[in-house]
Amino acid sequence: MRSVILSLLGCVLTVTLAGCATFEPPKPWERGNLARPEMQFDYDRLDAKTQQHIYTSKEAASGGYGVGGGGCGCN
Amino acid sequence: MNCLRPLASLLLPVAALAAALVAAPVAATEAGQPAPAFALPNAKGDTFVLERMRGKVVYVDFWASWCGPCRRSFPWMNEMQQKYGARGLVIVGVNVDKKRSDADRFLAQIPANFTILFDEAGATPAAYGVKGMPSSYVIDTRGNVTFVERGFLDESRAVLEQKIADALAAAKI
Repeated sequence: MRSVILSLLGCVLTVTLAGCATFEPPKPWERGNLARPEMQFDYDRLDAKTQQHIYTSKEAASGGYGVGGGGCGCN
Repeated sequence: MNCLRPLASLLLPVAALAAALVAAPVAATEAGQPAPAFALPNAKGDTFVLERMRGKVVYVDFWASWCGPCRRSFPWMNEMQQKYGARGLVIVGVNVDKKRSDADRFLAQIPANFTILFDEAGATPAAYGVKGMPSSYVIDTRGNVTFVERGFLDESRAVLEQKIADALAAAKI
């Protein structure tokens, strides 16, 4: 019984994972939606500033937040 | 742990299949290769055919309204078109926006005095294997790519202009 359940689970996992195989990340020219302001991590300036301030004070370290992205893969 | 074995034997082929599917990229067009042909409409609906530009140096630039460096490249392309247009340079800006209204808004802000074409489906950037936005291709009079620029940096303006000038000079010989 246990092995039946396990192989069934295996089948389900296989089918779900196969779905991942067809996934392709958006091409450089398809990143219009990703480049929208609301898609940025720091969309809300004030919120980002507060978060960063808390992070800096808690971690006692600052800097290294990566680069600002436009989603175009060019910077 | 024995129970994981059937799982592993099932998952391995799936992982291999996934890897095979992902690793099939379109070859990017590089300098020295013939420029992939395209025929795209402009704002008026007239079709621009790249092959008809043989004998002219064509500078193809893929741009989008959401791309920051594209915004900075437009005044430069206007300048180049004005400076070298009489010597046979044709600058072509291929817009890849999904929504035409986005492109129109961009063009209202930053007017272009060169050819603007629209490819909402993205077939042309796919054919060129564009790796980043903007991407530009200098195409010589015989239809071969002589230079590829990815991104638009202020410090590479001079190099780009030189590549255009070189292609124009080579056309005269």
